[in-house]
Amino acid sequence: MKSSARFDYLFLAAGIVALWQLGHWAFGPDVLSSPAATIARAAEMVMSHGFWLHARATAAAFALAVVIAVGLGITLGLWLGLVRFAGDVADPILGSLYSIPKITLYPLILLMFGLGMAAKVAFGVIHGVFPIAIFTMNAVRNVPPIYQRTARILGLAPARTALTVMAPAALPEIVAGIRVGAALTLLGTLIGELFASTSGLGFALMRAMDVHAVTDILALAFILFAFAACLNGALRFLERRMRHGG
Amino acid sequence: MPAQRHWISKVAIARALVVALAFVLLELLCRTGVIGRVTMIPPSEMVAALFDILRTGQFNSDIAFTCVNTISATALAIAAGFALGAGLHALPRLRRVIDPLLSAYYAVPTFVLFYPLLIVVFGAGRTALVVIGAMFGIVAMIINTVLGLDHVPPAVGRTGHVLKLDGLRQLVLIRLPAAAPHLVSGIKLAVAYSVIGIVAGEFILATRGIGKRVAFAYDNFDNKTMYGLLLLLLIAVALVNGCLSAWEKQLHRRFGQR
Repeated sequence: MKSSARFDYLFLAAGIVALWQLGHWAFGPDVLSSPAATIARAAEMVMSHGFWLHARATAAAFALAVVIAVGLGITLGLWLGLVRFAGDVADPILGSLYSIPKITLYPLILLMFGLGMAAKVAFGVIHGVFPIAIFTMNAVRNVPPIYQRTARILGLAPARTALTVMAPAALPEIVAGIRVGAALTLLGTLIGELFASTSGLGFALMRAMDVHAVTDILALAFILFAFAACLNGALRFLERRMRHGG
Repeated sequence: MPAQRHWISKVAIARALVVALAFVLLELLCRTGVIGRVTMIPPSEMVAALFDILRTGQFNSDIAFTCVNTISATALAIAAGFALGAGLHALPRLRRVIDPLLSAYYAVPTFVLFYPLLIVVFGAGRTALVVIGAMFGIVAMIINTVLGLDHVPPAVGRTGHVLKLDGLRQLVLIRLPAAAPHLVSGIKLAVAYSVIGIVAGEFILATRGIGKRVAFAYDNFDNKTMYGLLLLLLIAVALVNGCLSAWEKQLHRRFGQR
């Protein structure tokens, strides 16, 4: 079973590389650089000093944005999940905030925060905070009511109920929310860098687009994909372990 | 039952109050100068600007451009996504191989690949925008089609066998309605993602469209036009999303599954 899953991944990777190479042959190197050239360029970038300056800028903005989005989202979600009236009031409001294309808000964010770090972080946060709040709220609401009744019988204070009963029971769903939220936060941070920044991988990408350096674009995309896929995989692993453990 | 109705009306009143309060607060902050005019104009002026835009019709061709592109992209994403999803559902082996790719699709910033590549392939015109929008939306539709077909109760499928329907008819007459709640969820997401892809594309590469006009107004400090157009965009998206959400909820209720 396990080896067949590994075989599946191998098969998928081979398929992607094959399609990529075919695309390279079909469109030519001006549109799509070959897999070998791209990966070589990506390796070269990772070795260079300039890349790490940009990577560090992106990582700092992303880390700050994730911390804010997760903190804010979980606090809001816990409150809305525990207080039913507030949850009912906020549910559709959160839903519409989640579904509006945040990209339309970019002028507003730029005017409020200016160019630079603050705008990047703000862009990341508005992408990530709503899914985390929604997942957390639903996670708390879906905790079996018997748990809460038990907590009440044991005479736990609301804060302790939230911390020792509700949070562990709701944790797998909350981690799922963090996974979705973190991916969107990364997306938001990169979009912020694309439009409103003078450093970071998004900025490097924009510059590569401007001078039409195809290999650079693809190499950067490759590195970003690898990072995002690893983050997603790690959080998915955590989520699965919690589901089976709890 | 009356108690529940009482609860619902109380919730609705509170929600309206919260939204109204948010608007009043924003209006006050803008009027008193806490938020400068360069940053944001008061919400009342945004509404006035929106009416102005609609009355003079100065951006009608841009609005039409964006609308047509969005509708084309969404239609493409829904049709192709449904076909690919149904195909994938019929081929479990292929599905197992591709599954990690589908589940990671929205977790990685795919747009960094799409924009540069598609501009080169299709040029900076309508085709590139429509393809970008469709590529953003299609995977949500594929995932939800597969999920929906998974949730078709086996008894329903067996009924189709008993009635001796051929493959295509089974799909259209039996599985499609049974999978409808998930399909509508897919459509809702496909619309949202297509809008994101197209508006972002207009910001970066287009010469027309709402996104382009917003970017142009931003560059020229024309906040009235910018906020009027943003308001128009947000209202349009919220309306479409609200309608699809209501439809989705109704289907979920009717089919009694989640």
